[in-house]
Amino acid sequence: MSIFIDDSTRLVVQGITGRDGSFHTSQMVEYGTQVVAGVTPGKGGQHFTAQNGTRIPIFNTVEEAVEQEGANTAAVYVPPAFAAGAVMEAADAGIAFVVAITEGIPVLDMTRAAQFVRDRGARLLGPNCPGAITPGVAKVGIIPGQITTPGPVGVVSRSGTLTYEAVAQLTAAGIGQTTCVGIGGDPVIGTDFIDTLRAFGEDPDTEAVVMIGEIGGTDEQEAAAWARENLEIPVVGFIAGQTAPPGRRMGHAGAIISGSSGTAEEKMKAFEENGIAVARRPVDIRDLVRECLGT
Amino acid sequence: MDIHEYQAKELFRAAGIPVPPGRVATTPDEARAIAEELGGSVVVKAQVHSGGRGKAGGVKLATSPDEAASHAEAILGMSIRGLEVKQVLVTVAEDIASEAYVGILVDRATQRPMFMVSAEGGVDIEEVAATNPDAIRKLRVDPRYGLLPHQAYGLANFLYTDPGQVKQATRIMAQLYNAFVENSCSMAEINPLIVTPNGEVKAIDAKVSIDESALFRLPEVEKLRDLDAEPPAETRAREAGLSFVKLDGNVGCCVNGAGLAMATMDLVKTYGGEPANFLDIGGSSNPDKVVAALEIITADPNVKAILFNIFGGITRCDDVARGIVEASKRIRIEPPIVIRLTGTNEAEALEILSEAGFSAFTGMDEVVQKAVDLAAQA
Repeated sequence: MSIFIDDSTRLVVQGITGRDGSFHTSQMVEYGTQVVAGVTPGKGGQHFTAQNGTRIPIFNTVEEAVEQEGANTAAVYVPPAFAAGAVMEAADAGIAFVVAITEGIPVLDMTRAAQFVRDRGARLLGPNCPGAITPGVAKVGIIPGQITTPGPVGVVSRSGTLTYEAVAQLTAAGIGQTTCVGIGGDPVIGTDFIDTLRAFGEDPDTEAVVMIGEIGGTDEQEAAAWARENLEIPVVGFIAGQTAPPGRRMGHAGAIISGSSGTAEEKMKAFEENGIAVARRPVDIRDLVRECLGT
Repeated sequence: MDIHEYQAKELFRAAGIPVPPGRVATTPDEARAIAEELGGSVVVKAQVHSGGRGKAGGVKLATSPDEAASHAEAILGMSIRGLEVKQVLVTVAEDIASEAYVGILVDRATQRPMFMVSAEGGVDIEEVAATNPDAIRKLRVDPRYGLLPHQAYGLANFLYTDPGQVKQATRIMAQLYNAFVENSCSMAEINPLIVTPNGEVKAIDAKVSIDESALFRLPEVEKLRDLDAEPPAETRAREAGLSFVKLDGNVGCCVNGAGLAMATMDLVKTYGGEPANFLDIGGSSNPDKVVAALEIITADPNVKAILFNIFGGITRCDDVARGIVEASKRIRIEPPIVIRLTGTNEAEALEILSEAGFSAFTGMDEVVQKAVDLAAQA
């Protein structure tokens, strides 16, 4: 089992002919994801050929991709100026799971788009996220497939490469994953830590969760309190940004300590108070997961 | 992106918010001329991206043009929290009957623009929130409908009892919300919003931050960026498409991905060192970016060792390796470089580096320890 994506995932790639969209479509196809359609306005009727030769029909609209190919999941690689619009288009077409990879979408655009997706009963992952991967089954986004392997651990993170680091160490130690989810580094995102922890909690195959947070906001603190009350499986936590100065944005738009709020220290304390094992170094994540699983 | 008070006031003025007249000066003579033109008493205010200007002596009242010039002389060139004052705003001094606070920011928890208003103006709002939370009214605006008329009225009604003042403030709430949305602000603040003795409601201070991600569609706002207000290295990094924050340590860090970059800085600290910077070279691995990154890092005289930590996913390790080799040919790099590369095209990268005489590691902990040791020996 897994969360968010599985073998019923039928993906439409928005922005399939762009530089990032085309590269990652080939990667997703090679990994085994059912990429059933692409969308680029004005290129409807053409085909996209993946590196392995797979031909994917291109449509002008997501609506057509849903009607003609039964797409139920969308990956958005559209440039920032148009990305919030692309997210809303997908939700309007009946897509149930929209994954927004694009970085640099204006925050106020996202407040509207996130609300729009919720109003239609759909789920948004991201933006500014690496997407999700269910090892051995399918991936939506940009997480490198070769660093993952199937197994019992769920991974959720606000970061990209730091997640790869942790996942690669798990995989090297023979500890596989049910699903790895990057929720994104922006201040306004569609799916947060609690949403993802809840999904892992309902997944019978997930036996432990790794939660990788960073400075900024209070999502980790709220998730820690929620997990204590609602989650039966153990959680291992890591927070990046212990050395970050206040008031400065550390790469991610959402990674900023405002006043004295959103520090790594405060988040690690919330983890500890709520029974989450805190890894001090990335390499400790693997060892703490081992302890949780009793292996 | 922070903008100066005088720039924020221009945005407010364009939105219809009553703001006292004033102009910016860079010399005492200019300040005198503006004061003459405005007539009466003026306030001379330092224009720097920092709070606490008043406490630092950067805000002064002048009753004559000559006094305005001498205040400008004292304020120009002074340093407020490490920032040199290069401009002063000379603006009409208003008589004040009462002061209130009005601010909007994006509330992350509810994902909505949130108003905060308080009749306790002219003070630090975080302090009011901590000591007297009931003195603040919060309103989260539903982005589907914008600020509704009764909501704007409700905020004004919380601040004032006089119907005329409530009416003026209602209009200002709506105007501020429009300015916030139209300029894609992450924060907009009037502190204080005053009432004059004859009952006029006016904004006499203004603070605005713009969402960097929205600047692509706001060319006029982008022009408000004050390059003097950021360290040259950060300007250079921004232009090269790198995310960079200068810190005080001696281990220069070059990493791909913001989360991994922060975790790398933290690990430097864990092993007894201090990071000299945060630097994310981003997802695409253009060798030119690596060259720019090395130029920026080596320009900092504190840097005693340079640490690369690259997890190749989308970023190809061989591209980063080529960038390092290229940079070492183009610029003189004094501090020792230690490199960790793992993931996509790792083998090719190690070959490129060893041919050029660099040694590379594949483990994160060992490379960070090595960098900390080298910096300590230097």
